[in-house]
Amino acid sequence: MIRKSFLSLMGLLATGAAQADWALNMPRGVTELSAETYDLHMMVFWWCVAIGIVVFGVMIISLIKHRKSKGATPATFTHSMTAEIVWTAIPVVILLIMAVPAAETMVKLEDSRDPDISIVVTAYQWKWHYKYQDEDIAFYSSLARPSMDARRKQSGVDPNAVDNYLLDVDRPVVVPKGAKVRLLLTSNDVVHSWWVPDLAIKKDAVPGIVNETWFRAEETGTYRGQCAELCGKDHGYMPIVVEVVEPDAYQAWVDTRKNGDVAVANAAK
Amino acid sequence: MHENRSLTGRLLVLAAAMFGFGFALVPLYDVFCEITGFGGRTNATAAVVEEAPDLTREIRIEFMTTVNSYAPFELSSDVSSMTVNPGKMYFATFTGKNLSGENKIAVARPSVAPPAASEHFVKIECFCFESQEFAAGEERAMPLQFIVDPELPDYVDTITLGYTFYDTARAAANNPL
Amino acid sequence: MSSTVADALDHEHDDHGPTKGIGRWLFSTNHKDIGTMYLIFSLTMFFIGGAMAMVIRSELAVPGLQFVHPEFFNSMTTMHALIMVFGAVMPAFVGLANWMIPLMIGAPDMALPRMNNWSFWILPVAFGILLSTLLMPGGAPASGWTMYPPLVLQTGDAFPFLIFSVHLMGISSIMGAINVIVTIINMRAPDMSLLKMPMFVWMWLITAYLLIAVMPVLAGAVTMLLTDQFFGTSFFLAAGGGDPVMFQHIFWFFGHPEVYIMILPAFGVVSEIIPTFSRKKLFGHDSMVYAGSSIAFLSFIVWAHHMFTVGMPLTGQMFFMFATMLIAVPTGVKVFNWVATMWRGAMTFETPMLFSLGFVFLFTIGGFSGLMLAIAPADIQYHDTYFVVAHFHYVLVPGSVFAIMAGAYYWLPKWTGHMYNETLGKAHFWLSTIFVNLTFFPMHFLGLAGMPRRIPDYSTQFADFNTIASIGAFGFGLSQLIFVWIVVTAWRGEKATDRVWEGSHGLEWTVPSPAPWHTFTTPPKARIAQEAFE
Ligand SMILES: [Cu+2]
Ligand SMILES: [Cu+2]
Repeated sequence: MIRKSFLSLMGLLATGAAQADWALNMPRGVTELSAETYDLHMMVFWWCVAIGIVVFGVMIISLIKHRKSKGATPATFTHSMTAEIVWTAIPVVILLIMAVPAAETMVKLEDSRDPDISIVVTAYQWKWHYKYQDEDIAFYSSLARPSMDARRKQSGVDPNAVDNYLLDVDRPVVVPKGAKVRLLLTSNDVVHSWWVPDLAIKKDAVPGIVNETWFRAEETGTYRGQCAELCGKDHGYMPIVVEVVEPDAYQAWVDTRKNGDVAVANAAK
Repeated sequence: MHENRSLTGRLLVLAAAMFGFGFALVPLYDVFCEITGFGGRTNATAAVVEEAPDLTREIRIEFMTTVNSYAPFELSSDVSSMTVNPGKMYFATFTGKNLSGENKIAVARPSVAPPAASEHFVKIECFCFESQEFAAGEERAMPLQFIVDPELPDYVDTITLGYTFYDTARAAANNPL
Repeated sequence: MSSTVADALDHEHDDHGPTKGIGRWLFSTNHKDIGTMYLIFSLTMFFIGGAMAMVIRSELAVPGLQFVHPEFFNSMTTMHALIMVFGAVMPAFVGLANWMIPLMIGAPDMALPRMNNWSFWILPVAFGILLSTLLMPGGAPASGWTMYPPLVLQTGDAFPFLIFSVHLMGISSIMGAINVIVTIINMRAPDMSLLKMPMFVWMWLITAYLLIAVMPVLAGAVTMLLTDQFFGTSFFLAAGGGDPVMFQHIFWFFGHPEVYIMILPAFGVVSEIIPTFSRKKLFGHDSMVYAGSSIAFLSFIVWAHHMFTVGMPLTGQMFFMFATMLIAVPTGVKVFNWVATMWRGAMTFETPMLFSLGFVFLFTIGGFSGLMLAIAPADIQYHDTYFVVAHFHYVLVPGSVFAIMAGAYYWLPKWTGHMYNETLGKAHFWLSTIFVNLTFFPMHFLGLAGMPRRIPDYSTQFADFNTIASIGAFGFGLSQLIFVWIVVTAWRGEKATDRVWEGSHGLEWTVPSPAPWHTFTTPPKARIAQEAFE
């Protein structure tokens, strides 16, 4: 049973990568660190599979061979120092093999030096507020209207008919490709958590505390995420959308924002 | 019977001690935060430091201001960032404004990111050391005097100092919304 | 003189059967009656908490909001967790401890019978209060069982009742734990040395110390919440100089050992059962004890692995990652020892053995995902997603709950004096195993694909696996009704022998089946009793 689910899991993972919309696995993402995180995840996963095959394999052989109905007579051994030492030492070695690359990635993750852009992210029950530190840009970002209408209890709207149901916002965060974007997170009320899987970033927004994290997206595109920390009744309804665009498109966006949207941002308050 | 009673007694004392330990974690946590920089803590009372400028190194200080729970205040920094040398004293000014029609008392809660920088960002004078009284509609400049400790680890080149403004009346009423 | 007094006491014991009526239960100081009440209470809570899980899975079966409002959904996840952790799993193990520890160590009863009565009867009060919050203005607590401030301070009228009920649960657990320790330390049969104790007793001894160490810390944390809310303190309020993150530290200082409080007794149960049905002694008895103790020790220094996203200095992350990974070593030793116990045994597969084997397989899968979660950079992706939900349900449902079921089947003939229906027992096992995997395995995929936990509705890309999980959950829930039927009809089966199982070992099998109301009024010779079975 278990072996079967393990085998089917491996099969699914192998084919799963090809079928993007049948998502089974962690995304590889679009930053150097998201790819490293993915590799770490897969490395530990395969170690687990290997250990599982050995342990479950021995167990299954025993379950088949050493049953009373097959006329087995019980052995009398009760302990073995050698065995205990072996199965303490081998896991320690395997853990070390896992720990080294994990520690390396962790060091890189914490290195927030030399950011190109800093964005202050303030969480509210239940929306996000973004303020670009060096530009005069600030705006709220909340669940997009079509999802808002469909999400109500027995709304009569089929979620399948809504584009990016619950994962779309009215105003996305826009950042340039290749730039190191530093996020400074805090909260207006309770603890929230800013998470975009493709960027491999999840950081809590805590009231009264400034948290820092960063990403550098290598590919243009729209990346979606959600609040990850329970923050009250509409916790499931405060998505995050990050649009990664070419640097000149970003500059154009900044210019239009500055000219026309301060009023919009104020109105949103 | 006697053995039972004495062991029970000892275990009850252990349980009571662990209850106390739960509370002892509060000051222990403060110590822990000061040592490790957990939680972005910085000094809460004025520090006295000698100047020893290290002109070979430049650190960027970014300011960030927030008002909590839609409190009727405005808080802003007069400059959004500045570049400083470690070991040298600097001044910055923040402006607070009471948007309501009544007298209000605000407290500012400071927080420093990244955690590795928090014990090295030393405030000599800060409006966050005391609560700030605002008359109805009053707008006021508030000072900050600080020094960045030259011991700051070299993998930090930017320090963010954030202030969150709270309405003390609301905090006292303990009405979080 | 003294011998006549002893005789008189003994005589009084023989005469003194249970009183009739409700008084027998209300004022009971008998470890078997109290054990029975704990087990029935736990089963009741299992179904109440299970019903809440059904509400959750119904709402999540397809995208869109069909049945409940988001606030109520959050109340359901919160209450489901509190009830399952404190109402179902922990009392079930206390029930097993009450019944079996005196029988296994040859003691006439628990050391502190009146305290035993109190620690049980506090529980229905605690859960009565907790359940009553469902009817209060503002609804039941909806901040998750982790009760993080400031969110938990937004709870409506239910807030003080939540805190009070958590206090009561804590008091009950601490009293139960004290009783277990005093019984084990002071009441063992004269020639049973500590290291010779059965593994179930050993694991419970460690668990009891964990309980005394951390339940008071939880009590302290929720007390601080209470004073923050009502008495003007600012332990966790940033406005007054407090820190909301500190609550998370204190909570998980309790919370991680709590995880082992729910699994160490399970290790004990399967360590009794696997040798019996392998007809072979437990492999590496002493190393099992050392492994259990190291797990308990390590559990105190890994708490912040629940908080990798909260903003922690690099050194902190490193420390908590390495310490957490280290737990895999003693846990691995346990699994390897069970496999070595089976190796070259003569196995049969009665229901208790099936549940124990299911435990070893599926708990190990939960252990694997636990190891993955220990890797801090990867945890940033897993944290607060369905991957975590899958992980802890694997260790708690086919982990703890399967072990409880295994123990119930294993000792049921000793309790009732009759064999339960083996065919139905096997059906219960296979259906539970199939459905538990159908419910929780797809949750790994959901989490990896990006579905956060504790949300009442989700994007359409998560629809398929959620539907499968919901079908599995209903199947699992319904399968548990078989268990109720088996227990209710257990008194109709054929008479059980004293020994019950061919490979039984230990003192509990030397007393008649059903175990009389009073046992071991004179201490047995443990070594003799054990050797009789070798
Ligand atoms: Cu949230
Ligand atoms: Cu933990």
